[in-house]
Amino acid sequence: MLRLPRSPEAWLTLVIIGMCLILGVATDTFWTLANAFDLLNASAINVIFAVGLLVVLIAGGIDISFAVAASVVQYVTALAVMQIGGGNWPIALLIAALVGFGLGAINAGLIHYFRIISIVVTIATFNAFFGFLMFFTRGVSIYNLPDWWLDRIIFFEHETASGDFIEIRLPAVVMAVMVLLTWFLINRFNLGRQLFALGDNPDGAQRIGINVAGMHFLAYGWLGVCAGIGGLMQAHYVQEVVPNALYGRELDVLAAVVLGGARLGGGKGTILGAILGVILIAIAENGLNLLGVSPYAFKMVVGAVILIAITTSNLDTRGLLSRRQRA
Amino acid sequence: MRTLFNIGRSELAGLSALLLVVLVLFGLTTPRFWSLATFQSMTFQIPELGLLTLAMLIPILSGGLNLAITFIANIAGLTMAWVLQSFGGPEAGSLAFIIAIVAALGVGALIGWLMGVIVAYTNAHPILVSLAFMIFLHGIGEYLTRGGDISGFPLFVATMGHGTVAGLPVPLLLFAFCALVWHILLTRTPLGFSIHMIGSNQRASHYAGIDTKRVLTLIYTLSGLMCAVAGIVMLARFNSVRVGHGEAYLLITVLACFLGGVDPFGGFGRTVSVVIALVTLQVIATGLNLLGANQHLATALWGAFLVMVMVVRWLWTRYRPKEIYDRDRGRPRGPAPPTPPGIRVRTKAVR
Repeated sequence: MLRLPRSPEAWLTLVIIGMCLILGVATDTFWTLANAFDLLNASAINVIFAVGLLVVLIAGGIDISFAVAASVVQYVTALAVMQIGGGNWPIALLIAALVGFGLGAINAGLIHYFRIISIVVTIATFNAFFGFLMFFTRGVSIYNLPDWWLDRIIFFEHETASGDFIEIRLPAVVMAVMVLLTWFLINRFNLGRQLFALGDNPDGAQRIGINVAGMHFLAYGWLGVCAGIGGLMQAHYVQEVVPNALYGRELDVLAAVVLGGARLGGGKGTILGAILGVILIAIAENGLNLLGVSPYAFKMVVGAVILIAITTSNLDTRGLLSRRQRA
Repeated sequence: MRTLFNIGRSELAGLSALLLVVLVLFGLTTPRFWSLATFQSMTFQIPELGLLTLAMLIPILSGGLNLAITFIANIAGLTMAWVLQSFGGPEAGSLAFIIAIVAALGVGALIGWLMGVIVAYTNAHPILVSLAFMIFLHGIGEYLTRGGDISGFPLFVATMGHGTVAGLPVPLLLFAFCALVWHILLTRTPLGFSIHMIGSNQRASHYAGIDTKRVLTLIYTLSGLMCAVAGIVMLARFNSVRVGHGEAYLLITVLACFLGGVDPFGGFGRTVSVVIALVTLQVIATGLNLLGANQHLATALWGAFLVMVMVVRWLWTRYRPKEIYDRDRGRPRGPAPPTPPGIRVRTKAVR
């Protein structure tokens, strides 16, 4: 019997390769450098969110509030730089990281000191953040962002033989930095091992002397930083700050990260898997676009792709067999 | 089981006291609060959120989650609208109406069944499965309706959404009936017992002879069925169907369940407490509305309110008299006490 790959990363890679092959045959624009770089630039923000969420999932928690937290950060940062009359990228990034960390720390504090389960806390803070944001801003968007915020920053530009431009823009570079930092955090630092330990066995982690409070603040704080910086990039990408623009993004990112093999419950997950999860969904949307499918059908196909990926990778064949034998 | 219900009782008393406090507070600060009109508007608003919360309750009790509830309700509503339209829209008769309702319930149950089968027969987490269903159903709904509204139903459909029987709104009566069914199902039937046991420990339930796959499939089928009821009520209330309608209710239903004392890991929770939590949330929203604040402030305060209740619960488990054994929350720091037999130990948990 054909053995299916056991690791979610290998399985996702197979699915992605299969999709790429089909799209390559069906369209003549999918296999172009320009399209690959478009994909890269467009999915940068979700990857930034995804690696942050991955850290929390590894530590055994879950966070629903990060996307609306990113909206809060966008708004606060925009108001702050306009208040100080200008500002620049370093200042904005610093403010965004600090505010993001602060919002993450609220979650961590409630989870740690009051022993409330993370999904309860973050559903509460999701409503609190979003409600207060919409209440205080009255749902008004900010369009007059400073010029430095709106100007496209292109790190690398190249004109291909066919006349298309391939570009690496700011979000992609920031994404690479955040991915690298997160990779170091969870794979190369002792702190990362402690996060895995906490997620795998909270009681055990506490008994071997891991600073559980510190770990909670690290995980949710790091997601807050990623959310803040991702939010900044999203505002740069769409050239405006809309208070409810990121509402609902949390579940899309969660689906991508869990699809990439991060375990709800903690102790398991890889950066590669999280990125592959985001890429799978991005390629599905990109491919539909190139195939000329009606945009109304996008979500349907993306949902179906996720469902197929879940069902095929997790199908417990032994369970099915034993049931059939019993019957 | 006895201690379980004692904990449930103290929880219920606390929640009722809280509701009373909120009622008195708004009564003192808002002159128009204690009026018939206020309570009538509340009784019309509770059912939609309430029915969706009931649909969320059973999956949470089993240790899962159903994130697709709002879109199952939408799709069921669409089915009903489609049947009514194919029988002539406003001219459709009562037979068409009955067929439409049966079709809507059937579609809701079918989607739930499919979700249940995937949850039961793959090792995928219900959050992931229902999330995928949510995205898929959202897409299918948008594809079919092109993001528009569908309206044009017989007159009596609107009457069903706004009419009253003996002074009580029809949707409220329907909600009360469904809540009663859920209460009986969960406390008085073997299926209810199995749902609680699966929520406590799925593997142990399997070893104890519960057909966990069958029960899991049933859990999500029932959840889908209740979503369809919510979808029908929404159709009748607004006299139209739009995909995405009620989307914002999704996380509120989870909030209501947690506020009602349902254990986020499953296994423990009571329908009555959840209903009281729902009423409390609605009183807050209506009261704030009368004070001139908008729905967004109410949403924010719902979140703050949940945190507050959880903190009070933590204080209570920490400083209450010692004779009631504290399950696993608010344990004093230091080495864990030995676990008495019969109390589940959780080694793996989303925290």
